[in-house]
Amino acid sequence: MLFTLVLLPLFGALLAWIVPNNRLRPLILPVVATVHLVLTALLLGNAPPPSPGGWIWLDPLGKVVLLCVSLLFAVCSFYAVGYLSYRQERSNRVLCLGLLVCLSAMGMVTMTQHLGLLWVALETTTVAMAPLIYFNRNARSIEATWKYLMLCSVGIGLALLGLLFLAYSTYVAHHDATLLLGTLLRSARDLNPGWLHAAVIFLLVGYGSKMGLAPLHAWKPDAYGEAPGLVGALLAGGLVNCAFLSILRVYQICLASGLEIRFFQQALLVMGLLSMALAAVFMARQADFKRMLAYSSVEHMGILAIGLGLGKGALYGALFHLLNNGLTKGVLFLSSANIHRSYSNKTTNVVKGVLTRLPWSGGLFLAGFIAITGSPPFSPFISEYTIVSSAFIDGHHLVGGLFLLFLGIVFIGMTLTVLPMVMGAPPVDVEPTDYQDRLLTVGPPLFMMVVILVLGVWPPEFLVTLLKDGAAMLEVHP
Amino acid sequence: MSSFADELLILVMLINLVMLGTSRLIFSIRAVAVQGVILGILPGLIHPFSGHLAAITIGIILTKGIVIPYLISDAIRKAQIRREVEPFIGYVPTLLIGALFTAISFAFADKLPLAPEHQDLLFVPASIATLLTGFLILTTRRKAISMVIGYLVLENGIFVFGLLLTEAMPVMIEAGALLYLLVGIFVMGIVINHISREFSSIDTSRLRTLKEE
Repeated sequence: MLFTLVLLPLFGALLAWIVPNNRLRPLILPVVATVHLVLTALLLGNAPPPSPGGWIWLDPLGKVVLLCVSLLFAVCSFYAVGYLSYRQERSNRVLCLGLLVCLSAMGMVTMTQHLGLLWVALETTTVAMAPLIYFNRNARSIEATWKYLMLCSVGIGLALLGLLFLAYSTYVAHHDATLLLGTLLRSARDLNPGWLHAAVIFLLVGYGSKMGLAPLHAWKPDAYGEAPGLVGALLAGGLVNCAFLSILRVYQICLASGLEIRFFQQALLVMGLLSMALAAVFMARQADFKRMLAYSSVEHMGILAIGLGLGKGALYGALFHLLNNGLTKGVLFLSSANIHRSYSNKTTNVVKGVLTRLPWSGGLFLAGFIAITGSPPFSPFISEYTIVSSAFIDGHHLVGGLFLLFLGIVFIGMTLTVLPMVMGAPPVDVEPTDYQDRLLTVGPPLFMMVVILVLGVWPPEFLVTLLKDGAAMLEVHP
Repeated sequence: MSSFADELLILVMLINLVMLGTSRLIFSIRAVAVQGVILGILPGLIHPFSGHLAAITIGIILTKGIVIPYLISDAIRKAQIRREVEPFIGYVPTLLIGALFTAISFAFADKLPLAPEHQDLLFVPASIATLLTGFLILTTRRKAISMVIGYLVLENGIFVFGLLLTEAMPVMIEAGALLYLLVGIFVMGIVINHISREFSSIDTSRLRTLKEE
């Protein structure tokens, strides 16, 4: 069943390549995504045991990411049908193909226990996403694609060197180089500290740049700003979480090694706080609302890193936030894409009075904004509250204080952009395009908003258990 | 045999410096191709012969020595450029920084103890020096092609280290890495093509519409 999760999207990709009709092709996406979601649901309840070689095992950490990716992709796939009906002027073959290849590779990332295979899968997502950022085929999007491709390629190259260092440290220790997570965790205490330290630094920089942690986030605003909304949603909620899962694997190894974990946690705390600070600065008076969302993504990657850096109770919050942030970013990117489509503009100088012109999309954007800034009753509030309260309980007063301060600045900065945008009267001199809110472009983000609300008010029992299992894997010495 | 491997590694480091000093793109591409071929020969000198080893050697020489250089020269032909015109930092200063980086990488390598059978080999300094050279090219040159070459040099640096592990690593990962490199360069070639069409130039310093005001 696990392999179906990888092969099914690939089969869909093949189909997308063959089908000649531009209107029929996008329909492959929701079909594949629905089956994928059903399979995911079955696997979450009853995951198969680790494969004999130990390469494949869907552990609780993988499950959390898989749940987020599969749910987000399913929602985006329905949205894609609605969105692409407005974009019939250009071929969507590459878009559908890239999305499905990416889904397949993301599935692989979540279930593999071999760090080399994980690297290859993460690589595949990077390359598969590049043509999608260039979907609009103009000067701005090619610039964004170029930056994304160069920075992520270099980053992922450094991660490879980190992996090679790690493998060599096992070779020095017992003459049998391995990148299998299980073996690494068992032998972590025997590894040479020098090699391990070098490996951890390279892995952090490599996967950190893919995740978009400051100061390695330079590709993010451009790529998110220029990519179509649904690609932005998948970048911010899918790819970035896969990179975070890779960081979690490194965290597991550091934890098992005993000594290295202190350095890794410190580094994560510093990068996390820096990400939040930087996002807070750049989000203030940001005129381009899609770039604003990109900085919001940098901020939330910072929150995840801080959760991991704090450890203990914050781990549960970090894993929960991974899910919440992914889904909320989905709402924001999809609704902002609708707004962009209706005004053919994404700066707040022109876009005003969205609630009057597009009540549904505007309302969703506003609700998404309220959720992402951490206001109750939505689920990001719960996860952020868990992280910050755990910081104060464990005596990290400075980290907790800065966390709250940056959240406050981000809230003010985002309010200054979002409120003038959704309120007021629509500009008279800007003609609306033929875009109108319809079921397929509003329903998917609305569904996701409901999920976020439910998770915030009444988180289901199975999810709480899953998150607790995941957090336990990051706490206990194996 | 291992002293011959060391000589080849020194050659790799010299090629780094040559690349930093030249403005002719075709010359840089050939230098990177020679580096790739050396990378293919090296595993044969430090590991006993096996089918796996032969496959690795052929794979590396084919991708890094022939296919990728061909793809890049093709992109150059299409974009009709020959030289890196005005790098952000001049050739002599980058050459000096490159030499400094090489020295630093030797100091760094002292901190990482190799396994007894790899003792006295220059793999670690050669790897770090090549990696840093790649960085230097990436950050100081303007042309998109030069940046791709810089990326290749960086990847070569990573591979130099990977060669120590060829025996112990499953083929799949190496094949995956090589394939990824190939696809990456291919996609970059396409992007360069689009950049030159969109901006009538592949000078990446013109890519500055997306800046924070």
